[in-house]
Amino acid sequence: MFLRLSRDNIRGLLLIAPVMTLIIGLLIIPLILVVITSFGSRSPDGNVIYGFSFDNYRRLLGITPTGFDPLYLEILLRSLWLALQTTVAVIVIGFPLAYFIARASPRYRNLFLFLVLVPLWTNFVIRIYAWLMILRNQGVLNSLLGWGASLLGLPFQPLDLYPSDGAVLVGMIYEFLPFMILPIYTSLEKIDDSLFEAAADLGADALRTFLRVTLPLAVPGMVAGTILVFVPVMGTFIVADILGGRQVILVGNLVQRQFLDARDAAFGSAAALILMALTLVVTIFYTRRFGFGEEIVSA
Amino acid sequence: MTKKRSPWLIIAALAVYFFLYAPIVVLVVFAFNSSRTNVVFEGVVNREPCGPFYWFCALAGNRELMSAAQNTLTIALTSTFFSTIIGTMAALALQRYSFPGKTFSEALLYIPIVIPEIVMGIGILVLFSTLFRFINTTFSLPPDARLTMGLGTVIISHIVFSVPFVTLVVRARLHGFDKSVEEAAQDLYADEWRTFWRVTLPLIAPGVLAGALLAFTLSLDDFVITFFTTGPGATTLPIYVYGLLRRITTPELNALSTIWIALVLVALLIAQRLERRAG
Repeated sequence: MFLRLSRDNIRGLLLIAPVMTLIIGLLIIPLILVVITSFGSRSPDGNVIYGFSFDNYRRLLGITPTGFDPLYLEILLRSLWLALQTTVAVIVIGFPLAYFIARASPRYRNLFLFLVLVPLWTNFVIRIYAWLMILRNQGVLNSLLGWGASLLGLPFQPLDLYPSDGAVLVGMIYEFLPFMILPIYTSLEKIDDSLFEAAADLGADALRTFLRVTLPLAVPGMVAGTILVFVPVMGTFIVADILGGRQVILVGNLVQRQFLDARDAAFGSAAALILMALTLVVTIFYTRRFGFGEEIVSA
Repeated sequence: MTKKRSPWLIIAALAVYFFLYAPIVVLVVFAFNSSRTNVVFEGVVNREPCGPFYWFCALAGNRELMSAAQNTLTIALTSTFFSTIIGTMAALALQRYSFPGKTFSEALLYIPIVIPEIVMGIGILVLFSTLFRFINTTFSLPPDARLTMGLGTVIISHIVFSVPFVTLVVRARLHGFDKSVEEAAQDLYADEWRTFWRVTLPLIAPGVLAGALLAFTLSLDDFVITFFTTGPGATTLPIYVYGLLRRITTPELNALSTIWIALVLVALLIAQRLERRAG
């Protein structure tokens, strides 16, 4: 039996064929390979021995032949915790600026938005370098603090800011802040002025208007922002690598080290798939719960 | 949504802008540091050649860096060229034609956007390392002819992750476009090929250009996927910078960052101009 294809059908298929070949060949097939690899194990010379065992997943969950070892479970939880902290922080820091831009006169809005975009387009790795310069022991922040202390005649001990968990958190906040500001702005910008007038007519004061009108209407933006921030934080390994020294390990670092240092592609694949599963769960939960707005596309 | 602003809001907004820009200012200022270790600012450098711009001039003599810059440009230009063509074709297919498997293709096209970058990176790494090992052993290739990761694998990976963005941008342009112009061309006996080159392409050109610019910046900026798909001799600028961060950093790196930031700023301004002109 043959499908009867019209000229238009054939044209469409020919036009879409290259992109589909690329995505199937370099994304779908690799993903299947990663799944297959994750059931294998490591040979002594660092190659993959294919097989079918759940050992790598058991190891991730802490079940080892010698008993319970929560090492990798801790990494998963630490990554989730850091992602949560980062997300809350960028909402708290980003909201006022998004609100400010949405309320600015239309003439300046584009400029203000542009100013949020510029740091975003400077390279990710370079931005981490900037924080390294600021946070290291004799770095910019400690120098400024020391200078301030000497002006006031106070004794000063340089703060031990780097490497640390706090430095990683600051780095993550800096990297992902614009991804929260833009979608919140998109939500706020759409709010009709008449809603505020209505709230005022009904006797609501500024705080009440904010809590009952502005905040609920900004939820779609915060949801989109959360997906754009929470998910990548868990998979990012450079920030922890540079600012966390050797102590902070996240899922992303685990995957990277298994592939490049430990040369255990099987275990690394399992860890990467767990990361992807977490990502999908968060995204699906959020989109089911709150819907999927144009906010995410605009960002 | 415009209304009077409280002074607290303005202070908060300024504080956030300060947070966003202070690190950039630090990067730029330290590009003029006279201390090579670059931990403390010890005054403006003033050395031959170039005086205060000593570190900028030193960049030009850095062989590793120049080759990384060259690789970055080669990868970005090549991958942009292919992803713009392939992405525009896909946009035309999805917007203009109906064909079996259309919904499925649309869904597949979104996968590179939603999948975590690191997973995509290791997926391509696993694919190529398996494939290359198979080819190398099957044909028992001599050491100097063995297939390895390098510029080729990086370029292919960059095409994969940037194509969907090109398609999205071009589709948006095709969406708001009057089909009757094309029909008029065909009524005047232009064949389809001619219609495409003389009518369709000029009309969607701003979209194609915007898509190409996006693909180019994504490629220039990429770290994660390049990190997993690169090989000997294919170091890009972000990979080079990352390597330095784990060893030693001199004001040269700040000079490089400063140039980078300046170029990004110029590119963004040009893109905005283009957008405004396109209406």
